[in-house]
Amino acid sequence: MAEPLLRVENLRVELPTRRGVLTALDGISFTIAAGEVLGVVGESGAGKSVTGAAIIGLLEPPLHIAGGRISLAGQRIDNLPYNAMRAIRGKEIGAIFQDPLTSLNPLYTVGHQLVETIRTHLDLSPAAARDRALALLSEVGIAGADERINHYPHQFSGGMRQRIVIALAIAANPQLIIADEPTTALDVSIQAQILALLRRLCRDHGTAVMLITHDIGVIAETAHRVAVMYAGRIVEIGAVRDVVANPRHPYTRGLMSSIPRIGGRRDRLRQMEGTMPRLDEFPPGCAFNPRCPEAVERCRRERPDLLSAHTTVAACWLYDKPPTQAPRVFDD
Amino acid sequence: MTEPDALLRIEDLRRYFDVSPPALECLLKRRKPATLKAVDGISFTIRRGETFSLVGESGCGKSTIARLVVGLYRPTAGRVVFAGQELAQLRGRKAAPLRRRLQMVFQDPYASLDPRWRVERIIGEPLRTHRLVASKAERHERIVQLLLQVRLSPSDGDKFPHEFSGGQRQRISIARALASNPEFLVCDEPTSALDVSVQAQILNLMKDLQRQLRLTYLFISHNLAVIYQIADRVGVMYLGRLVEIAATERLFTAPRHPYTRSLLDTIPSIETTGYKREPVAGEVPNPINPPPGCGFHPRCLFANDRCRHERPELIEAGSTLVACHAVEEGRLREEPRLLRIGA
Amino acid sequence: MIIGGAVLAPWLAPHDPFDPGSLSLLDASNPPAWLDGGSWTYPLGTDNQGRDILSAILYGSRLSLMVGFSAVALAMLLGVTLGLVAGWNGGLVEAIIMRIADVKLSFPAILIALLIDGLARGVLPRDLQSEIAPYVLIVAIALSFWVQYARTVRASTLVERDKEYILAARIIGVRPARIVLGHLLLNVIGPVLVIATINLALAILTEATLSFLGVGLPPTQPSLGTLIRNGNDYLFSGDWWISIFPGVVLATLILSVNLMGDWLRDALNPKLR
Repeated sequence: MAEPLLRVENLRVELPTRRGVLTALDGISFTIAAGEVLGVVGESGAGKSVTGAAIIGLLEPPLHIAGGRISLAGQRIDNLPYNAMRAIRGKEIGAIFQDPLTSLNPLYTVGHQLVETIRTHLDLSPAAARDRALALLSEVGIAGADERINHYPHQFSGGMRQRIVIALAIAANPQLIIADEPTTALDVSIQAQILALLRRLCRDHGTAVMLITHDIGVIAETAHRVAVMYAGRIVEIGAVRDVVANPRHPYTRGLMSSIPRIGGRRDRLRQMEGTMPRLDEFPPGCAFNPRCPEAVERCRRERPDLLSAHTTVAACWLYDKPPTQAPRVFDD
Repeated sequence: MTEPDALLRIEDLRRYFDVSPPALECLLKRRKPATLKAVDGISFTIRRGETFSLVGESGCGKSTIARLVVGLYRPTAGRVVFAGQELAQLRGRKAAPLRRRLQMVFQDPYASLDPRWRVERIIGEPLRTHRLVASKAERHERIVQLLLQVRLSPSDGDKFPHEFSGGQRQRISIARALASNPEFLVCDEPTSALDVSVQAQILNLMKDLQRQLRLTYLFISHNLAVIYQIADRVGVMYLGRLVEIAATERLFTAPRHPYTRSLLDTIPSIETTGYKREPVAGEVPNPINPPPGCGFHPRCLFANDRCRHERPELIEAGSTLVACHAVEEGRLREEPRLLRIGA
Repeated sequence: MIIGGAVLAPWLAPHDPFDPGSLSLLDASNPPAWLDGGSWTYPLGTDNQGRDILSAILYGSRLSLMVGFSAVALAMLLGVTLGLVAGWNGGLVEAIIMRIADVKLSFPAILIALLIDGLARGVLPRDLQSEIAPYVLIVAIALSFWVQYARTVRASTLVERDKEYILAARIIGVRPARIVLGHLLLNVIGPVLVIATINLALAILTEATLSFLGVGLPPTQPSLGTLIRNGNDYLFSGDWWISIFPGVVLATLILSVNLMGDWLRDALNPKLR
């Protein structure tokens, strides 16, 4: 099997505070293959944005990488000095963030920002860079690019701004794009358009995408594989169809049942009790054990690794041995 | 057409905002005055005990309706009639009895509670204002009762809002809204800012409370799946107008209006992984300058000349109310969706 | 410490420096205790009329602080109230209040204080003047400072007014006055307290300036500023202590108030708790 484009091994991110050192990411490992879309899903506080920030080298101090490694195309990138990382950021790894309003500088025209990004990473003359900018704008679906390239961000609607942000992200032809909640601030119909755009670009350019979101519907639409995060750890990874249709980890199962679905039952949603523990309140053993209906003594003592669970991989002691019975269904 | 047990009746409600540039600029730069027609002729009724939902994308006017219903805005035209009384005619003291019966839960759990007040005081505010309890001890008891009702603990009354999570704050908001024993709750996107699992808890709580306390809800959301769960009837809004009103199951199995259909098509959904769909083209136009005639015509596959000039009114199409010329003229037939309702 | 000294002045001062009866011109112009010719009866020396500098400083500080605090308190009361009213009501009320504020801002503080002071002198009969003088001064300084509070409070009010917790209160039916006093006040008061401490230093300085210029407090009730002024005439004739000590005390007072302001700002910042 070919070396994956991105390999994250045992990544630990810590946050020193007055009250002690908190763990934001507790040893996560995953890979992304070239051209693949990996969805990273989890609720607030699970650590998904921190993961994206760690990969692209934009962790806000005092958050810092405390262990593990990140490799891009075989080369280690988590320990690079600032300037080296800067070269990679934008050229090899592009980023799209949630709020299109603040991702663009309101004082410069769109064209200026595009050209600046292009010329920072690619050795092109101003004219060539401008041509490329025009091409990019057309590619992301902005009509009348010739004219609109001279407009300022506030002259575009939210959906259009996000397209421009995408154009900026792919400007230097990166191999990987980190997209952190790219459609959350947009209306549903625009969301669909942006996701379609991302999918198309992935296909056309062979770019891999790490799609971070709390919206499982978005992941189901767009991603090939998905990693489910909980309390700074990955609790399940697998192909999207498998994880969604047959979740193995109790948390994933609870999550899937909580989601209102059109066409499902309408009387009452299955709910999980309690909430995700805060960074300073992690229980010993498996982080989900206080809320898990299938927790046993071992869960309270030992933290499970990712174990093979039929179609997916789940961090749960239920899968430590071949199952002798069907796992109990979540009920309330 | 008046319904005997209609608790809330909205009649041709309009709310316009003047968004013109300042007078001097109009004069010097020849700018025209501009009006934002946030709500442009809305009519519907809500029966006692039911959950009526308004759904639409940003800018459609649903939040403005929420504020009109609770009296934060005065209508530019039209009426809001609650339990037979017109809201706009009650001012000051006379409005107080009505305010007891009609309350609101907001979207943002962080801004809807005064950060400097303790929870007990926050929940007790309606009790104080309406003098609903005789003594301090009684008030404390009632607050404890409310806290338990929303599944918080009595000791939470001593804490400040920032000590709670988003979901817990929404519970506090709900407790506050229930303090005066209201009959009607306006819920403006109450779960949109919450995580999925917390949302499930809150939605279940709201359903339970509705049953226990015989509440009527006006539930506003942009999330169709949530609406599917909680609503009895749904009104779809676009650019300040209602384009379709139907019972929930009917809306989702047999949507009539082209906008409703495309809206249902565009939701990223778990069941339809890999299913090829047609996202609706274009974006919602600027509400300050809406298209003439039917607001949806620029994006509608079925628009004809009449649609470009004449604004459609709500007509009956089976048990649904739709505002669409294509439906009226028979050009757009019903296409039931392949959706199995139920377990 | 300085505040403590000023408050306790009447008990601490070894002499009552302003009782003409206890003065004797023979003690006049004594240098501070550690210089030749001085004695420990008058630790910091005496001024031209025999008044003990130390006592004078203690009393003077007291007066300076009182004027300063009161002026700031009055300014705060006026400014915060107007700011809340302007921010909450909007429309014409807000426009009027803000225009008045703008007009006032076009005059420098000292000028306004001078104006009011002059007005008071002209209007009030002479014998009342020295009694009323501190109050006139307080009003004058307050009137020149209120605008800052009004503006800040109005801006904060505008922001908070549209927040959901205020909307919730309105929907519950709470009367506007209660909303403003119960909710808004608590949430906009933060920056006001910080401004107040900075203003305190400024107020004391303004009072000192005015007194120095001769339009502040009368000689019978000198503040630190008056003391400095008095001593100014003698600076070059060798009796330097009459001006310098009050000056040093004034500077220290202002410094300590500023530091207190910094501390207060940090203490009120919930993120650092």
